[in-house]
Amino acid sequence: MRTHDAVIIGGGPAGLAAAVQLKKNGIDDILIIEREKHLGGILRQCIHDGFGLTRFGVTLSGPEYSQRFIDMANELGVSTVTNATVIDLNGDRVITAATQQGLLQVQGKAVILTMGCRERTRGALAIPGTRPAGVFNAGVTQSYVNLYNTMVGKEVLIMGSGDIGLIMARRLTLEGAKVKGVFEIMPYPSGLPRNIEQCLNDYDIPLYLSHSVVEIKGQERIEGVRVVQVDESFRPIEGTEKYFSCDTLVLSVGLIPENELSLAAGVELDWRTNGAVVDEFYQSNVPGIFAAGNVLHVHDLVDFVSKEAEAMAEGVAEYLKNGALPECGLEIKAGNDIGHLIPQRVSGKRDFKLSLRVRKPWGKCCLEVRQGETVLKSLKLAKAIPAEMIELVIPAEKMNSVEDLEVRVYEI
Amino acid sequence: MKSKTLTCIICPNGCTIDVKAHDNGDIEVSGNKCPRGKEYAVQELFDPRRTISSTVRIEGAMLPLCSVRLDRPVPKKEIFAVMEEINKVSIKAPSHIGDVVIENVCGLGANVIVTKNLDKI
Ligand SMILES: Cc1cc2nc3c(=O)[nH]c(=O)nc-3n(C[C@H](O)[C@H](O)[C@H](O)COP(=O)(O)OP(=O)(O)OC[C@H]3O[C@@H](n4cnc5c(N)ncnc54)[C@H](O)[C@@H]3O)c2cc1C
Repeated sequence: MRTHDAVIIGGGPAGLAAAVQLKKNGIDDILIIEREKHLGGILRQCIHDGFGLTRFGVTLSGPEYSQRFIDMANELGVSTVTNATVIDLNGDRVITAATQQGLLQVQGKAVILTMGCRERTRGALAIPGTRPAGVFNAGVTQSYVNLYNTMVGKEVLIMGSGDIGLIMARRLTLEGAKVKGVFEIMPYPSGLPRNIEQCLNDYDIPLYLSHSVVEIKGQERIEGVRVVQVDESFRPIEGTEKYFSCDTLVLSVGLIPENELSLAAGVELDWRTNGAVVDEFYQSNVPGIFAAGNVLHVHDLVDFVSKEAEAMAEGVAEYLKNGALPECGLEIKAGNDIGHLIPQRVSGKRDFKLSLRVRKPWGKCCLEVRQGETVLKSLKLAKAIPAEMIELVIPAEKMNSVEDLEVRVYEI
Repeated sequence: MKSKTLTCIICPNGCTIDVKAHDNGDIEVSGNKCPRGKEYAVQELFDPRRTISSTVRIEGAMLPLCSVRLDRPVPKKEIFAVMEEINKVSIKAPSHIGDVVIENVCGLGANVIVTKNLDKI
């Protein structure tokens, strides 16, 4: 069996950034295994601009952003196999992939998980009603319209206010569809404010907050949906029911990290992120298996994905050079108002970057990271919303290596 | 006086910005975290502009479409006129990022450029 220093599963932005950074750290023997014909991941279909402001200081479309990393990977001579789907990974870091040439088995001294995520579907939401054609996931709609020249419908409703749904509301409008509204069950949108502005407000598309789709109607093709307003406990409010006709319903109701392979390898998952539990080096509980990008926790900005993968690559390089990484025995506990956080474990000996999301919107608030009585870091914010990931660097100087850490947010 | 409260679309911060243009010509901007936000808010008050992205048909590539975008913003009210021009275009593979497919679209001073490399098959 062939072995490589690092085998990367998934050639999207996370996998590519990891490969480039490993090369820069002198790790030469790398292989990327990618399921699709092309590298670049989901960004191939994200043709709108707004990528790269943080990472490159310019605004690019998705394909341009990923091409920059593909070019860097090519220049550095990163080996890749495309059209190859990894179907198994075990705890000894042996990877089995189905390729056009047959089965491929390789072992990585380090294995990097960068498989991204998939979309939550109608089945996961259990919306009552018939099962007609015309109900699509937002990402699927995006690939039909942007890659395959197939328009999904003319009279469109969108369920869920995730960024991909907002982006598609604008895209479908530009392509001539009438987008009649976006329904969100929460009292606040789950997408970024700038997307509410430039994708909905610019085109007078109404956003109905605290609204839920309660029935899908139509036999062959969807004909309409029944929608109802809900109270704080998500119970329908009597007398608020409305019927909207449509020929298409687009679902933008969340992403799920693709972790079937991780589970097969014995990687422990966090119920809040649906991704691996990792330490400050982005290493999972299985030594030598690392994760970054959407497979670890759902990101809305690719710039953060690239940076996270680059930070992970530093850890992988150190692991490969020293054969092991410092033990990370301290847990980072999330307070009730923290949606999730990464990493979940740290050594207490080094600076590390903490990424987190709050569970609900906050006005003026303070994020605080403590270890026992010591405040390691506090960050005052004018606002915090679940749609925006917050990153902060926690310095090692005040940390000890025995007590667990705790993160909380409070009003100021 | 002309005034507006708006959400900045320049970066993911999405600042809420108040912009006021007094009759004497003074302009007040608050809520922005950076100078680009100020610039955007003033522009938005007097002459709202957007860049748009779309696709054009491509022959001889593995995909039927190639993605394109404007290289600078155009007045918001011209967006659909620009889309109409973009929809008329068909190109031949290979495509290269930065190729100009429409120069000075609708006379607005912006070019429509390719954003995806697609090989000829
Ligand atoms: C539909 C959609 C639209 C998005 N739009 C935006 C946007 O507009 N702006 C933004 O900043 N972010 C957007 N995001 C967030 C986006 O996920 C990140 O920006 C970024 O693409 C994530 O990078 P990644 O490498 O973690 O995952 P991905 O880009 O998803 O890449 C994962 C790669 O792994 C491959 N893979 C998966 N499983 C296997 C396997 N078993 N074997 C081999 N290969 C495998 C996949 O084919 C894919 O190429 C979007 C996400 C989705 C799902």
